[in-house]
This record gives sequence, C-alpha cells and structure tokens, in this order.
Amino acid sequence: MSNIVILTVVILTVVAVLLALILFWVSKKFRVEEDPRIDEVEKVMPGANCGGCGFAGCRAFAEAAVKAPNLDSQFCPVGGNETMKKVAAILGYEVKEQAPRLAVVRCNGSCENRPRTNIYDGSMSCKVKAALYSGDTGCQYGCVGCGDCVAACQFGAISMDPSTGLPVVDESKCTACGACAKACPKGVIEIRNMGTTPRNRRRVYVSCINKDKGGVARKACAAACIGCGKCAKVCKFGAITIENNLSYIDFTKCVACGQCVLECPTGAIHAVNFTPKKVQPSPVKKEETNE
Amino acid sequence: MNKLSFRIGGVHPADNKFSRERSIETLPLPKTVYVSMAQHLGAPAKPVVAPGDKVKAGQVIAEPGGFISAFVHSPVSGTVKSVSMRNDLAGRPATHVEIAVEGDEWAEGIDLSDTLVSEIRDDRQTILDKIKACGVVGLGGATFPTHVKLNPAPGKKADCLIINGAECEPYLTCDYRIMVERPREIVVGAAIMQKVLGCRCVIGVEENKPEAIAALRSAISELGYRDMEVGVLKMCYPQGGEKQLIDSVLRRQVKSGCLPIDAGAVVQNVATALAVYEAVQKNKPLVSKVMTVTGNCLPADRMHNYRFRIGTPLSFIIEQAGGVPEGAAKIISGGPMMGKAISNLDACTVKGSSSILYLDAESTKRKPAGNCIRCGKCSDACPMGLEPFLLNRLYKAGDIEGLEKNAAQDCIECGCCLYSCPANIPLLDNVRQAKAQALGAIRARAAAAKAAAEATKK
Repeated sequence: MSNIVILTVVILTVVAVLLALILFWVSKKFRVEEDPRIDEVEKVMPGANCGGCGFAGCRAFAEAAVKAPNLDSQFCPVGGNETMKKVAAILGYEVKEQAPRLAVVRCNGSCENRPRTNIYDGSMSCKVKAALYSGDTGCQYGCVGCGDCVAACQFGAISMDPSTGLPVVDESKCTACGACAKACPKGVIEIRNMGTTPRNRRRVYVSCINKDKGGVARKACAAACIGCGKCAKVCKFGAITIENNLSYIDFTKCVACGQCVLECPTGAIHAVNFTPKKVQPSPVKKEETNE
Repeated sequence: MNKLSFRIGGVHPADNKFSRERSIETLPLPKTVYVSMAQHLGAPAKPVVAPGDKVKAGQVIAEPGGFISAFVHSPVSGTVKSVSMRNDLAGRPATHVEIAVEGDEWAEGIDLSDTLVSEIRDDRQTILDKIKACGVVGLGGATFPTHVKLNPAPGKKADCLIINGAECEPYLTCDYRIMVERPREIVVGAAIMQKVLGCRCVIGVEENKPEAIAALRSAISELGYRDMEVGVLKMCYPQGGEKQLIDSVLRRQVKSGCLPIDAGAVVQNVATALAVYEAVQKNKPLVSKVMTVTGNCLPADRMHNYRFRIGTPLSFIIEQAGGVPEGAAKIISGGPMMGKAISNLDACTVKGSSSILYLDAESTKRKPAGNCIRCGKCSDACPMGLEPFLLNRLYKAGDIEGLEKNAAQDCIECGCCLYSCPANIPLLDNVRQAKAQALGAIRARAAAAKAAAEATKK
C-alpha cells in the first residue's frame, strides 16, 4: 500500500519537474522583447482604464507614449499634470502643463424651469428615450434625465439630483475623462476648463443648448438661452458667440469677469466658485424679450 | 379550407376590432391644415409654394427631394399661410406647409365621381409616372414611395404581387372598412400594379374578416380577373409584416439583408392599392386616407372610421370624435403593437396615419422590469427567428460585432418579444437601438468599401 503512495509521489514529481523545464525553455525561447519603460509608465498611470485619453486603456497609453517622439498629443485627464510630469520624467520628455478640466452639464431644465408636457414610462435609458421622441418636456435639446451619464461615470462623480431631475457633477471627483459626454445622446455635457487659469476654479458657462428661437425656447423652459445676444455685446474679451439662437462661451478666452451673468435675462449663464457678492446682485430686469 | 401562415414565431393578442361595424364617415374640413414635407420614407420633399399663394386641392405643393422621395399635394383649397418648422407627433421639427382652408375647390383633371373605371388603358410607364405624380406611398405604415417599389432594379423580377389586407394589428379597422366598402376599386388597383409587374396576384386577408374576404372574392369574379385570388391567412401577429406575408403566401423566406423582390415578391397594402386606383384611373393624388378612432376606454358610439384630408391636425380629429375619453392613459398613433405614443397633440396627420387609439393605464403602462430567467419566450415569439434576450445582452455589453453576427439588423420592430416577456424587460427598446448600431456598422463598412473601390479605379 505504501508503495503505491511513494510511486505516485515520485511520478508526479518527475512530471512536474519536466513540465517546469518545458515552461522555462518556452518562456526563454518565445520571449517578447518589450521596452521596460512601458511597464514603468504604466505603473505611474492611474490604472482606471477609462479611455478618457483616447487609448484603449492605461497600458495602451503607455505603449503609445514610449513610441511617440514627444508627449504633445497625449494627456491623461484622470492623472492630470501630476501624472504627466511623472511620465515625462521616465521618458525624458518635456510636458506642457494643462489647465484642469471637468464635465459641465449644460442644461437648466429643472422640474421648475421646464414643465413636463407628457409622461414617459418606457425604458429608463437616455439613448432609448432620445431615439423615441423629443422628450417629456417642450424642449427637444436638453437633458432627458434617465441617467446614462451616471452609469457611464467610473469615478462616481455624477449623480442625479432628484429635486431638479438633472445630473450634478462633483467637482472634486470628476476627472474629465469624457465618458459621460460620450454617453449623452443629446450632447448636453461638455468637457470645459475648470477655471480661467490652472490655479483658480472660477468658471462661467451657458447652461443651455436650446437652438430654438427665443420665444419657443422660453415657452419650453424659463431658464433657456433665448439667443438675445446681450452677453455677447457686454463681453469685452470676444469670448461669446451667438449661433443658431444659442450663446456659447469660449473657455479659452473667458476671464470670468461675470458681466454676462448679470446681463442674461433668463439666468441661462451660470457662474461657479465666485465669491457670493460678485454674482448675487440679481435685480435683473424681468422683461419679456421676444427676440 | 387551407389557411396560410408564416412558419416562425408570432403572438396572438386579442384582436379587439371594436370599430369594425362603423362605416367610413368623411371628416369635415378643418380651418387650417399643416402638411408635412417628411411624410414618406426617404428624403423630405421640397416645397414649391410660398406664403400667400392660392392653392387648390390636389395641386402639387412639394417636389421629391431625391430618388426615394415623393410628391406632396395640397389636401384642401385655400391660401398658403407659411412654410415653416413645426413639431411632428414625436415632438421633432419638420418643415410643414400651413394652408388656411377656403371652400373645397379641386385642381383640374381630377375625377371626383364614384363611378368605377375598370378598364386599364395606360401602359406600364404611364402608370408608373401617374403613381409618382400623385405622390402615392405605401400606406401599410412604412410609407415607402410606391413607384420605386413597383419598378424593381434591372435583372430582378417579381412573380407574385401580394396585396396586404391582413391588418394584423389589434384595434385597427380602417383597412377592413375599405375592403368591405370599396372592394372593386382595390381589386382594380391591384390589377393595375399587376400590369406593371407582369405577375400573378394574391390578396392576403386574415380569417377574422370574412366579410372582407367575401367582398373581395365577389369583386374579383365580377371583374373577371383570372390571375388574382384571395388568400385566407391565419390570425397571428405579425401576419401583415412584409416578410411574414411572403412566407405565408409563397412559402419563401427573404434572406437576411435582402429585399422582398429578391424572393420574387412585391407587397403592397390594400390602402395603397386603393390609392393607386385613384391615382391611375381617377387622376386623384393621395390627399385623403381612412383612419380609425378607437380604444379600450372609448364608448362604442364614439368609435369611428374617418376619411380625413392629410394634414388635418390630430387635435381637430379628436375634437370631432368627442374629445379624449376619461381613463385614457396613452394616445397612440397606429396600432397597439407598433404604433407610437403621441406626445404632441398639435401634430398633424400624415400619409402614414392610420389611427388614434386610446388605451387605459392598465393595458398600456409599463410594469417594472425584472430579471431575465432565460425562459426563451421572446425567441419563440420572434417572427424573424432572432434571440431578443441575447441581443439585449449584447447591446448592454456594447458588442456591435456580436449584434451583427446575431442579425440584430433583421429586426422588424414588431414588438412580439416585449409582448411575450414575462419579466417586462424592455426588449424592443434595446433591440431597436441594437439594430440601429448594427445597421450603422454595416453601412459604414459599405461606404468604406465603396470609397476604396473608387480610389483603386482612379
């Protein structure tokens, strides 16, 4: 009986050693030569594999970075300048500092501003809802509120605010990977600079993408951009353009002076991270503009 | 007697044809009509009238915007008020011509009498030209321009024309009513299309419409058409689907990615046959159509089958029919299976409008979705032989290649999967998205191949 046990152990040991030798030989023979810097770069990457940089994942980013002659065309939005500095140090490249960015929800259509005109009871998916019809409000451009962006965010930075029915971006968690912007069938979300300089966090944006004429837009939503052009007139920096009845603020030109915010008759322009007294004076004339 | 049916899938919803005994009434003219430029499949039509123009009923107000497109005619006489954007019933903007109605004067050369003209004098090309000039499109729902469908690409030949009188959608009775009231016109319309295609003809009617079957049969024998017969179809949804009907009548399957003509068949709706008759024999453009007003929360005396002028606002029809009934939770344009919920009652009727359907909350509200237990009911029900539960999973995983391999592009959006799912999973919603993605991938590849072929030519 003990003979069988010993025999079994011996045979299995011999087989194991033989197989180990074969594996060792194969690993030497068929070894793929790889730049060791790829591993090093991958280590300093955030490892989120979100695809925000435009590559399939952090490894793909690292491979491309090692191959490329410089780092001008690559940027990791999740790791930001810190990570890029580390990558540059490993590869010996120069890297330009980029202003931090974040996702901005450009819709004001809260339950209060934008009354519901019908009830949607279909599949709770923005894509499905947007493909079916113009949505359950009078505005066919704005957020449809099923939360595809929330599902797309890997960082838990977007949540739906039940009181407004709109998504809210958490500034501290958002990495500007752009997954939410891609997931939104209406194109409501835009990736914009976090502040006017890499240091400050003050920003101004038009929180609306309604391209209808003023009267139509206003009827659908009390806080819609009506394309009146007052903001463009008051802007000294040429940052504001009006196209298709919609104002757009170029964040590379905007200095966050806040003049347009005071001028906007519907409150479609939002200012974030301003000291309260600068923006608060809003005895804005409540006149009816029918432009 | 042998009843025909397709071989794969299908469901059996209650037919609920409550309004079947209501004969067709002509709806009075509204004060204003809004005629959409995008009421057919393909490129939108280009308006050729300007505000202030006087138009007569039957006059051309828009020309085709491409090869697959159609003429649009004024449904009323009056003055053009504006040519502007207006929302359709899904709330999406489309160019509409607004016409204020003044009297009811028709353009010259249109025969408005009821006398039957059974002799087909025109030759093939003249018939096709007349059909095109009268803006006839498929009235079964897809609104594909009829003259394009009746003129197959060179080398392809139809050996059977199938006239679709299945009306398999529950509730709808507009096709039934025209089959009962105007069978001879339909039969002549079918004969005209037969002459164009040079083939035999089968009129498919579901077994729940015996009066229609009898009416069509007597019309055929009265007019002495030999190559035409009525095929009795089993009651099964979607019997009136183009590919299902071909399978039922001819026992032929249309291959994935192919058109019915590849299986030697052309399918046209009975309402289209009637429109073809009016276009060719009476020179009357497609400016009016029959629609059903029905529902399960509507008293029987308020159900109607109306002949309406295309462009009449939905709100006007609803008002004429006594307003929205109490208990209506959803108003649907079309049947309960494939119709679309109307989110905008200010929208106007188009060539494809077939009903206003009021459904109560119990029968229409979605129930919360559960988990898939792989029971396979959706696969059994799918008349295209697809696996909706699998397509649903592949769609959620974003696997477009897998969707294409599993033929998501072949979905006909009939809704059998959603109807049969015991877990109330929104299968159709997701598969519809999946189909769009798969079709997008196929089209992108075709476009790339075409560009590459052109590059090598140069």
